[in-house]
Amino acid sequence: MSNVKITKVAKAGTLESNDILIMVKPNEFGKTELELESIVMQQFGEVIEQVILHKVQEMGIEGISIKAQDKGALDYTIAARVETAISRAI
Amino acid sequence: MEKLRRTMLFMPGNNPGMLQDAAILGADSIILDLEDAVSLTEKDSARILVREAIKTIDYSQVEVVVRVNPLDTEFGQPDVDMIARVKPDTLLIPKANEEEIKLVDKLLDKIEKEEGYPLGCIKIIALIETALGLENVYNVIQASSRTVGVLLGGEDLTADLGIERTKEGEEIFYARNKVATVCRALKVDAIDTPFTDTNDYEGLEKDTAKAKGLGLTGKSAINPRQIETIHFVFAPTEDELKRALRILDAMEEAEKEGKGCCSLDGKMIDAPVINRAACTVDQGIRLGLISGEGGAR
Repeated sequence: MSNVKITKVAKAGTLESNDILIMVKPNEFGKTELELESIVMQQFGEVIEQVILHKVQEMGIEGISIKAQDKGALDYTIAARVETAISRAI
Repeated sequence: MEKLRRTMLFMPGNNPGMLQDAAILGADSIILDLEDAVSLTEKDSARILVREAIKTIDYSQVEVVVRVNPLDTEFGQPDVDMIARVKPDTLLIPKANEEEIKLVDKLLDKIEKEEGYPLGCIKIIALIETALGLENVYNVIQASSRTVGVLLGGEDLTADLGIERTKEGEEIFYARNKVATVCRALKVDAIDTPFTDTNDYEGLEKDTAKAKGLGLTGKSAINPRQIETIHFVFAPTEDELKRALRILDAMEEAEKEGKGCCSLDGKMIDAPVINRAACTVDQGIRLGLISGEGGAR
């Protein structure tokens, strides 16, 4: 998959523990921008960012702004929620 | 040796915390639910989450069953298509009838071929929860060689029948009998409907004993706290195991002496008694209560 565009705002996930709320929207400059808040930012912030950006790349997305509010989600949940939000936004 | 299905624990498919814990709660099988536990607006989200969970979490100690949405809804086929590709052990098909089981069987054939999985590796359990499904349960099971069991859905069945669902469960007496008998005839598991009052352990024990007494082989659970009680009811007692072992010993002795039948404690031992004893011993071995050689641990 390549050059898939985000066309609207979409969300996936929740703010419950072990979950992550992902909101995606089009980025008008064609960039990938990520704003992350996490209850484990200090310990796992970098890993969470990597998981999110890897999924964005895997899905061939360009021009996306992501806001992620993490409540202790494991990698599989992060990947699933990003995929769902993107699927809902394209 | 086949795994037991004494307990099948329902877990909501869109709850990451519960999916993470599902494997360690002690149930023989876990049912990751994409149907009733997931709201209509979150079907896509739950489907992806369950797929990722199966790919990532170590569920090797339990049977992973995924309840997909009914095949006549817009969610059913996408559920099967996405979930089967990560090879769950079993799919639970709601409101099962012959046509739906055949359709799932065909979809699984195609997916297994595309993914390079052994043909027939993903099993099916039919959720019988309509009057039509119940009356047709023999053909529902026969509709696919993948079918390894039937789960009786008491709540939806009584709703379909237009009757009240009670704690005592007299209204599902016929359904339990029918499912147990047909499943025994076709040598598949018969799983009972859940007991919905999660705080009533005495009621759960009675309800489970009633189901076991009618020939059902396991029970679904909606809360991990129900597992221990259900396992307790389905385990053979020490006395039952000892007697079963004595029966098999007596039969072995009789065979050595060239006798066709024998007696134990003054009672005739015939084929049905031996079969029942063999089933009890088999269950004892599977539960680790006795060793494979038949000796008590």
